[in-house]
Amino acid sequence: MLTLEDLGVVRGVEADGDAVTVTITPTYSGCPAIEVMRDDLRAQLTAAGFARVEVRTVFSPAWSTDWISEAGKRKLVEHGIAPPDRAGARPTGPIPLTLTAPTAVVRCPRCGSPATEEFSRFGPTACTALRRCVACREPFEHMKEI
Amino acid sequence: MSAHLGVEEHDPTNAYQSLADSIEHDDPRWAFGTGVEDVQAEITSPVPDGVDPADLAAYCLMLGDDALICSQRLAEWVSNAPELEEDVALANTALDLLGQARVLLSRAGHVEGAERDEDVLAYLRAEPEFRNVALAELPDDLDFARAVARLLLFSTWRLALLHRLLDSRDPVVAAVAGKGVKELTYHRDYAARWTLRLGDGTDESHRRMQAALNTVWPYLEELFRTSDVERRLAGAGVAVDPADVRDEVDAVLDEVITRATLTRPTIPGIGTIGGRSGRQGLHTEYLGHVLAEMQSLARQHPGATW
Repeated sequence: MLTLEDLGVVRGVEADGDAVTVTITPTYSGCPAIEVMRDDLRAQLTAAGFARVEVRTVFSPAWSTDWISEAGKRKLVEHGIAPPDRAGARPTGPIPLTLTAPTAVVRCPRCGSPATEEFSRFGPTACTALRRCVACREPFEHMKEI
Repeated sequence: MSAHLGVEEHDPTNAYQSLADSIEHDDPRWAFGTGVEDVQAEITSPVPDGVDPADLAAYCLMLGDDALICSQRLAEWVSNAPELEEDVALANTALDLLGQARVLLSRAGHVEGAERDEDVLAYLRAEPEFRNVALAELPDDLDFARAVARLLLFSTWRLALLHRLLDSRDPVVAAVAGKGVKELTYHRDYAARWTLRLGDGTDESHRRMQAALNTVWPYLEELFRTSDVERRLAGAGVAVDPADVRDEVDAVLDEVITRATLTRPTIPGIGTIGGRSGRQGLHTEYLGHVLAEMQSLARQHPGATW
């Protein structure tokens, strides 16, 4: 299972006796899944025996796909989602305009072919782009770098 | 929905169950929001030293209302865009802006200290209480080129603002900027690429993209007009003076327009009335239509929960 920790969404856990505080951060500002994550954490930690469970959400520092663990990237591929490349550090000075499709190689999570093409930067969730594989013809999602 | 779903019966594969669970053990919630203030740790941060809380609340409303109203306009494209991919792209863009708006409105409500949360601010204010720029409220009339043109101007400007707000002394403004810069970079690229495709496309798409640019152009000037609140807060290291981003925005727009084989419009700006415009609560006739749709459910069912 791909976990919140794999995704780098969990930013801290502090347990003290039967109390626990978990800090999480949303992937995108409007991520509608953050509430499900919070409630899942609360339910699971309560089930695990914690009497007092607090889940805090923070915006800063802003989540980056660079926080996804190697295991997380492997699991994304297992689920048919191409993992992000490195986002790297933010450039200094004005952010450059990108007027052409990204040329980085994104391998098809199904057949492994590097011959894939982006057909939309915005996928079914805020964090993915839509691509298709030229070799096996399957469409797939690619978690875009931020 | 049947009986209470206990923690013992929790099914981790059912994403909807946890939402249903939380209704049972949480306070009742608005049908229209989830109380971001309760969980977003930064929103309750103290007001930075030397800053008037009323100014900070007003500034958060400006940045928040820009995002909220633009988000609402973008959301009108859901099920109406020329292709499913654009439907999804515009909805995702709207969602990012809505997320930014929720935090900024919550911050405004917290700093103001008048018991107004994000929902009250979004759904129960009248037109003169909104602080967004006119560009955000313009209708697209289901003309895709208009949506592209507005988003090009809006995202280029907002990205330049947020980029400078990364170091804001207000931790919430800085945090929204941190996430927003990444999101707006995608929005701007999207709008710029479509401007290129349409401008440098067929004769018909070129004509319509130019017409769309001409339509939104009179609303560009307002984006660089500095309000008193912005001037004071820029001096305090909290805000950015919008006049300072004009050169950067112009350079980006010129690059896109030139590469798209379009012509930079020379249409004058819409001006002000007695020095007032969006930042002072003076709006075009279009905002009322946006609010009528956006607020109707909340006003018909005050305090409704689900």
